[in-house]
Amino acid sequence: MAVNVKERRPKMRRFHQAKWDEPIIFELCQEGERGILVPEVGEGIRREVGDVLASIPQGVRRKRPPRLPEVSQSRVLRHYMRLSQETLGTDLNIDVGQGTCTMKYSPKINEQLVRTPKMNEIHPLQDEQTVQGILKVMYMFKQILKEISGMDEFSLQPGAGSQGIYANASIIRAYHEERGEADKRDEVITTVFSHPSDAACPRVAGFKVITLYPDEDGYPDLEALKAAVSERTAGLMITNPEDTGIFNPKIAEFVDVVHETGGLCAYDQANANGIIGITKAGSAGFDLCQFNLHKTFSSPHGCGGPASGPIGVTEELSEYLPVPVIAFDGVRYYLDYDRPKSIGKVRAFYGVPPVVVKSYAWAMSLGAKGLREVAEIAVLNNNYLLNKVLEIRGVYAPYAKGRRRIEQVRYSWEELSKDTGVRSEEVGLRAADFGVHYWTSHHPWIVPEPCTLEPTESYSKADLDEYIEILKHVSYEAYSNPEIVKTAPHNSTIHRIDHRPLDDPSRWAVTWRAYNRKIGKEAEA
Amino acid sequence: MKEAKTIVYPYIPNSVPAVKERMLKEVGALSVDEFYADVPAELKVRGGLNLPKPFLSEYELRRHVEGILSKNASCGEYLSFLGAGCWQHYVPAICDEVNQRGEFLTAYAGEPYDDHGRFQALYEYASMMGELLEMDVVNVPTYDWMQASATSILMAVRITGRREVLVPKSIGADELSKIKDYCKPWIELRLLDYDLETGQLDLDSLAREVSSKTAAVYFKNPSYFGFIEGRGEEISEIAHGHGAICIVGVDPISLGVLTPPVEYGADIVCGDIQPLGMHMQFGGGHAGFIATRDEEKYVAEYPSRLFGVAPTSVDGEYGFGDVAYERTSFALRDEGKEFVGTATALWGITAGVYLALMGPMGMQEIGEGIMQRSYYAITKISEIEVVRAPVFRSAHFKEFVVNFDEAGKTTEEINRELLRRGIFGGKDLSREFPELGSCALYCVTEVHTKEDIDRLADSLREVLD
Repeated sequence: MAVNVKERRPKMRRFHQAKWDEPIIFELCQEGERGILVPEVGEGIRREVGDVLASIPQGVRRKRPPRLPEVSQSRVLRHYMRLSQETLGTDLNIDVGQGTCTMKYSPKINEQLVRTPKMNEIHPLQDEQTVQGILKVMYMFKQILKEISGMDEFSLQPGAGSQGIYANASIIRAYHEERGEADKRDEVITTVFSHPSDAACPRVAGFKVITLYPDEDGYPDLEALKAAVSERTAGLMITNPEDTGIFNPKIAEFVDVVHETGGLCAYDQANANGIIGITKAGSAGFDLCQFNLHKTFSSPHGCGGPASGPIGVTEELSEYLPVPVIAFDGVRYYLDYDRPKSIGKVRAFYGVPPVVVKSYAWAMSLGAKGLREVAEIAVLNNNYLLNKVLEIRGVYAPYAKGRRRIEQVRYSWEELSKDTGVRSEEVGLRAADFGVHYWTSHHPWIVPEPCTLEPTESYSKADLDEYIEILKHVSYEAYSNPEIVKTAPHNSTIHRIDHRPLDDPSRWAVTWRAYNRKIGKEAEA
Repeated sequence: MKEAKTIVYPYIPNSVPAVKERMLKEVGALSVDEFYADVPAELKVRGGLNLPKPFLSEYELRRHVEGILSKNASCGEYLSFLGAGCWQHYVPAICDEVNQRGEFLTAYAGEPYDDHGRFQALYEYASMMGELLEMDVVNVPTYDWMQASATSILMAVRITGRREVLVPKSIGADELSKIKDYCKPWIELRLLDYDLETGQLDLDSLAREVSSKTAAVYFKNPSYFGFIEGRGEEISEIAHGHGAICIVGVDPISLGVLTPPVEYGADIVCGDIQPLGMHMQFGGGHAGFIATRDEEKYVAEYPSRLFGVAPTSVDGEYGFGDVAYERTSFALRDEGKEFVGTATALWGITAGVYLALMGPMGMQEIGEGIMQRSYYAITKISEIEVVRAPVFRSAHFKEFVVNFDEAGKTTEEINRELLRRGIFGGKDLSREFPELGSCALYCVTEVHTKEDIDRLADSLREVLD
């Protein structure tokens, strides 16, 4: 009789990540091999110019070739294919575990649209009439962002969210300088559940940073803000909803309090996924905001960039935007450099145009109704997940008890940890054995043994159920056989890393040459 | 009345109405509005966003976007001599093959276990850059070269505890603008003269400005104008003599033929890896690197992530992780070094692929080939009587300045006429560097053939006749 395969499948996926045990690229070196040949210059040119290297001043001419690996082409390809297989991209997994990162589906069509000569092979300094296509996309995308945010003008220049936050801090500084108040207004206020860059970037811009802690219920504390503002307040730079997934219901009052003291308010909308089409930064009175196109707007994360962090501002602040601003005179699209009060350049040229094209295509595939559907389903998915996670032994969702959340939740495995000795981080390493990511949280860990889950709109109910089963299974193991969790991962590419050398100056090795000098063959010799 | 059609979005599986209903029921909510209970009514969008009608089918979307982008004219259709920070180099097929792999393209911030390949690829990128630069520490790349130089300057300021930073006036206007904005609260910037004949940094000017207050001297080699700065050793000695740090910005594709700046005394080396396998993308292919020696005082000042190799519980297995993570803003928020976040990791991986393909011979050959072509272009252009090229009497790498003061036409007019002949002339520097007169910065790389360069020279002659 035939075996019923379907019936015999276990509940948990029998995952094992690719494990190639691939050497470091330098170990593949075979002297003399070539990966690619470069175009010959030809006799005509060679004859004409003679020995060009002889013209290089002695002290600047390279004496020995760089000690790069020598590897044939197919071996280079195979090496990187293997490394790619050992990387768990969103294309492969139910990526709800990297909370705050908005790991949604990045449509393949959008990638194809930018990987063409009409996009790849254009130089930023070409005559404007030869780049009307890309300027139009950038302009139209700017219009979409204006409508979504309620802000009056946008710069697409910042290269990612943090650079956008920095640019906003710089604009806040320029605004107060213009008023002759820069020396006096030297403080920026943020909250501890806003992204670390909301604290770090204004510091780079020269501000002292005041960090507010939440009230008992996990909401941003209006009384704490009132106590913190003064004539020294330059601005407020915050996330909303915060990393806890809690929306600040008093957000407009926060803005008012800061405005009353003469400060500006910048809205970090890195994670706008749950509120796009629901509420606008402008409605709450914000003066500045930024979006992360590699998050809410679906451009792929690329292992950490390329990315894009457009900034939006009110009419009043638009004169401070980085130059140039993409503009349209009714006939042609052009680069507007006429902004005497501009903070100047934030990133080279005009930002990261291919990311803008992908985000534009994504927004145009959805429209107003579709974008609202994105937010609503992201929030539905999150609350569905929340409901199910709370049924798992050892985990809870601190703060805002009994309230719904927006697009993500910061959970705590405090109870599991106390009961079993298993740490949140270890829960994640065991979850990896079933083919998913899991992220604890930004520091400082106000929530003990934290984990942050953000399901986005990209996952089906069945996907979410699978993720929940994994967490449930790991919790069960923690209570019944904690050793298996504490020694995880077991099905991953590699095993437990000894982290100590990474913080020891005598042993850390950021490059292979440093490794060889300190630990490897040279050190032994 | 006709009922509004329900759309099921391919990117949103749970947009299926029945599934939505079931999920709402499971969480005990009547509608999604309940999830937004904390959003005050007066802040809610009423009547929906006012956005253009979407292209719901993938086919229509493709038609729409391709239709717009088809208005671009590429550097394949035109013959381009533009550079000035973004350069047309050949991108090997394997570079694109690797960076379009979904695993790399869509990964982000996973652990060193589930994202082992990402860590190894970026570690190897840093390692190959380390060989090119002969330095032991290279960061996971930042946004671009101007962020790299601005951060290098702030690192030097923190290391020395001093504020004055010396930079030659020959630096490009955009990079100068970036440094002025980003470093504003922390530095006093002093601009050094350059020799109008040779372009070389004026050592007298350096000697006048340098002091025990100097945190760093920063110069580029090759310079923004494309010439090779020949006295790096003297510059770094002067800087070191006053306890200052020497920062050198370098074009990595020149390093098969030019010596790594550490050899002439650079303490921090920075630049952009766009030439190493990234398409120009209208400026979207940039990524900045920062390299130093392996000294704790330098490592401690990097804001970027640094990946290091570490053993695992299994013998002979490579593991990776963050080196000295506690210095970052991820660990310490405003107490960390500047800030860190998403930047340009995929371009780092790609540059690694490029260097692995090129190897030592490839880098040497491409460097020499670029120089040969640019020298040939200089020769051909300088044969035109009313044109002066190169403006600076120095050795050049791939860019050089052409002066049109005697041409009877402005650079802008010349570029317009070249455009009509299918050529993008060099970047007009007339406004950026008025002291140079009517000038353009021309760029020649390995993509240019003898015929291409001859065509440029012939066209220029035609335009100026």
